[in-house]
Parts: sequence; C-alpha cells; structure tokens
Amino acid sequence: MLQILNESLIELHINGEIRKALARPSDTLLFFLRERLGLTGAKPGCENGDCGACTVLVDGWPVKSCLMLAAEAIGHEVTTIEGLDKVPIQQAFVDKFAFQCGYCTPGFIMNCQGLINIHPDASDEVIHEWLQSNICRCTSYQEIMEAIRSVLPSQ
Amino acid sequence: MIPFDFEYYRPQSITNAADIFQTLEESGKNPVFYAGGTEIISMARMSSITTGAVIDVKEIPELKAMEFNGDDLVIGAGVTLTQIHEANLFPLLAQACARVADHTIQNKITLGGNLCGTIIYREAVLPLLLTNAYLVIASVKNARRVPINEVFSKRMQLNRGELLVQVHIPRNYVSCPYVHVKRTKEDKIHYPLLTVCALLTDNQVRAAFSGLVNFPFRSVEMEEALNDINLTLEQRVEQALNKLPAAVPDNLEGSAGYRTFILKHLLTSIVNELETGNVTNS
Ligand SMILES: Cc1cc2nc3c(=O)[nH]c(=O)nc-3n(C[C@H](O)[C@H](O)[C@H](O)COP(=O)(O)OP(=O)(O)OC[C@H]3O[C@@H](n4cnc5c(N)ncnc54)[C@H](O)[C@@H]3O)c2cc1C
Ligand code: FES
Ligand code: FES
Repeated sequence: MLQILNESLIELHINGEIRKALARPSDTLLFFLRERLGLTGAKPGCENGDCGACTVLVDGWPVKSCLMLAAEAIGHEVTTIEGLDKVPIQQAFVDKFAFQCGYCTPGFIMNCQGLINIHPDASDEVIHEWLQSNICRCTSYQEIMEAIRSVLPSQ
Repeated sequence: MIPFDFEYYRPQSITNAADIFQTLEESGKNPVFYAGGTEIISMARMSSITTGAVIDVKEIPELKAMEFNGDDLVIGAGVTLTQIHEANLFPLLAQACARVADHTIQNKITLGGNLCGTIIYREAVLPLLLTNAYLVIASVKNARRVPINEVFSKRMQLNRGELLVQVHIPRNYVSCPYVHVKRTKEDKIHYPLLTVCALLTDNQVRAAFSGLVNFPFRSVEMEEALNDINLTLEQRVEQALNKLPAAVPDNLEGSAGYRTFILKHLLTSIVNELETGNVTNS
C-alpha cells in the first residue's frame, strides 16, 4: 500500500520526465507544480474548482490541479503547458487572438489539447460542454472557439 | 493550499482500506475515505473539515468496475462521472452525471463521492432511486448488499468506517424511456435550482428531484398522484404538488413560488412526454 505520512520526497511523471521534490501529503498538485518544481504555467485563480486556470492533463484528461493532491498523481502521467511543444492549438490561439491578458490561457489550452486528443471528432456541442469548465475574465470566448475549431479535424 | 497536515494512504483492496480505517480511527487520526477529493480539498482549504489521514480508495479494483453482470449493471463507487457519461451504459444516469459541476470536474468527481458527499444536491442519486438500485457497502465487520432506499434517506446513512463499494442497477431499467431536466438560476454550470429525473416503467411514471427541497428524494405518494388516470393531467400534477415531502425553500437561488412554478410546468411536460412516447431530453 502506498503511504506518505509526512513531508517526503515524491516522484512524479511530468511532461515525459521523472521529477522528484519534497511534498506534504496535503499539498495540492497545483502547489507542488508551482512552488516545488517551479512549473508556473498552471495558474492559481479561485483554487476552488470554478475557474479552470490551473488545468493540467492527467493521463490525457483535463483536471483542475487545485482539486488534486500531488500524492494522488503518483503513478500517473501529468502534462502541463510547459510540456506542450508548439502544438497546433498554441499557434491557433495566436492566430485567432484568443487571449488578452493571458492569465486563463494555459488552462484553456490544456483543456483544448485534452479535447483534441480524446475527441478529435468533437461537435460544437461537445466543444461548448468542455470549454464551459474554464473562465476568461477578458471574455475571449468567441476567439477561443475559433481557435479550437481551426485545429479540430472534424470542423 | 490546505492549511493543515494529514497522512495519505492508497490501499489496493477493500480489506486493506477497512483495516487501515479502523487502525487510524483507533489512533485518533479521524480518517476519511478519499475518492475524487474535490469536496474534501475544497472544504479542507477553508478548514470546514479537518482530518489526520485520507484513505484514497478510487484505485481499488472493485471500486473501478463498470460492466453488466448477470441481471445488474455494476458501477464501482470510484468510477468518475465522465467515465459513466462516456460509457453511456445507462443513459439516464449518464445524462445526470454529465450535468453535475462542469466537464473537467466530472473527470474527478466519483459516483461514490457524489452520493456520500455533504453538498446537498447529490444529483447522481436520482436515477438510482428510480431503479431500486442496490448498494454494496463494506466495513471491517462485513460486506452487505442493501436496497438503496434502506441506506439513502435524504443522504447516505453510513456508519463510521463503512465504504460504499458498488452500485448494482437492475438491468431491466437501463433502457426505460426517461427524461432528465436540470434548471439553474443563471449559467448552465451551476448547482440545480431544480433537477428532475423521470422514467416510465410498466406504464407508470417515476420521478426523483434535487434542488427542490434541501435533500434529493423520490416520493411514492407523488408518483401515485401523477399516475392516477382517473384525473386530468392538470389535476394529477396539482395533487402531486400537494404531496411534497418538505417545504420548498425561499432563498437567493430562487423563491419557493418560482421553484414550484417551474416544477408544475416541468411535471406536466414530463408526464405528457413519457405517456405519449414523445421524449425530448434537455
Ligand atoms: C466545483 C464543484 C461543483 C459541484 N457541482 C455539483 C452539482 O452541480 N451537482 C451535484 O450534485 N454536486 C455538485 N458538487 C458536489 C460533488 O458532487 C460532491 O462534492 C462530491 O462529494 C464530490 O465527489 P468526490 O469523488 O470528489 O468526493 P470526495 O471529495 O473524495 O469525498 C466527498 C465525501 O464523500 C465520502 N466518500 C467518497 N467516496 C466514498 C465511498 N466510496 N464510501 C464512503 N464515503 C465516501 C468522503 O469521505 C467525503 O466525506 C460540486 C462540487 C464541486 C467541488
Ligand atoms: S484555480 Fe483551480 S479551478 Fe480555479
Ligand atoms: S485572456 Fe484574460 S482572463 Fe482570459
């Protein structure tokens, strides 16, 4: 049985690498990524599951890293925005002006990337359903829709 | 950030989980079973709950099951709402799961967490109440398979240290005609102002509700009124409204009058849709 009783060195698979750092068992994955590993792409917003700024992929699925413990990620593949290397959705955000301040952008891109991998055939209804998990205070919603439409083979 | 420390355990079997719960309980650690963790983390961050140990149960094989087995559809308590929605083995449940929180959180919320959590809505329980599902519950003492109505009354009535392992849904209900409607105050993603799940079996309408009063429920008395073919549809709905199990609350989400108004119209259209076979889900 895996057990972590106090602050200890834990090993996570992040962006194709094995990363080790100290973690308290009660550290969230978001805190671990930012404060222990310096991966600051995932953003803290509400830290309550509402805004989606902290979204990363876990085994390919978007997850709000503020609502996951770092310890829970042991044995799973985590991908953060730092792990995406010029994938088409990143260029599409630039081409379609899909951000203004950019704070929500890593979270939106990770959610989009999850959707592209899992449902490349997504309809507009499915795109809406997935993207409703993220909030953009600069209201770039229309441009974000255009960005994801431009890279989905089904669109 | 969670402002206190706890220990993290990830048992691989039900026996292991029940044993470690008891050991931690005896050593005063006040353990909690941990599934998706969305409610535990949200509440721990605000110090609304404290615990000395979390026992992460969602990777125990029995809690990950999702398959037809004999006369039942078996779904493990650790299966996520997304997995239920994507598999779509029971469309009414799949649809109810797809409207809890938002899509990304559905990747984390588990069926067991939705049923056992403290947030009052527990929308995934509605289809289970309608299908007379059974729950498998384990503890260090024993494992039991009980009808949902015996353990779910307003909320799950589990004894300390009891783990919800699986839900068994009788296969004959999974393909019944059904309607699922969730109405929210503003955005689509919100707690329900009113969620109704209904299905038709043996020409009888069954209905269960969340958001209407302070707990999710199915009412046999309301169903008797709705199925009384000696009355007009309007009279049946009026009779059903007189049999609500508790007062409809007046709060910021919506006034009692508004909730009742919506309920009246929804019940009329749902019964009409199910009885005429003209079902359009929303
Ligand atoms: C942002 C957000 C939005 C939400 N929106 C909705 C909504 O629209 N509709 C709705 O119905 N609900 C909603 N919820 C509530 C949510 O469904 C519950 O909080 C649910 O408990 C979360 O499931 P989980 O697997 O993450 O549970 P956890 O946080 O892991 O656990 C919650 C509780 O259940 C207990 N528990 C979990 N699994 C088991 C088990 N197998 N056996 C015994 N006890 C167990 C835990 O000990 C804990 O007390 C929302 C929650 C959040 C965070
Ligand atoms: S910071 Fe995680 S959802 Fe807002
Ligand atoms: S671009 Fe500013 S919050 Fe989205």
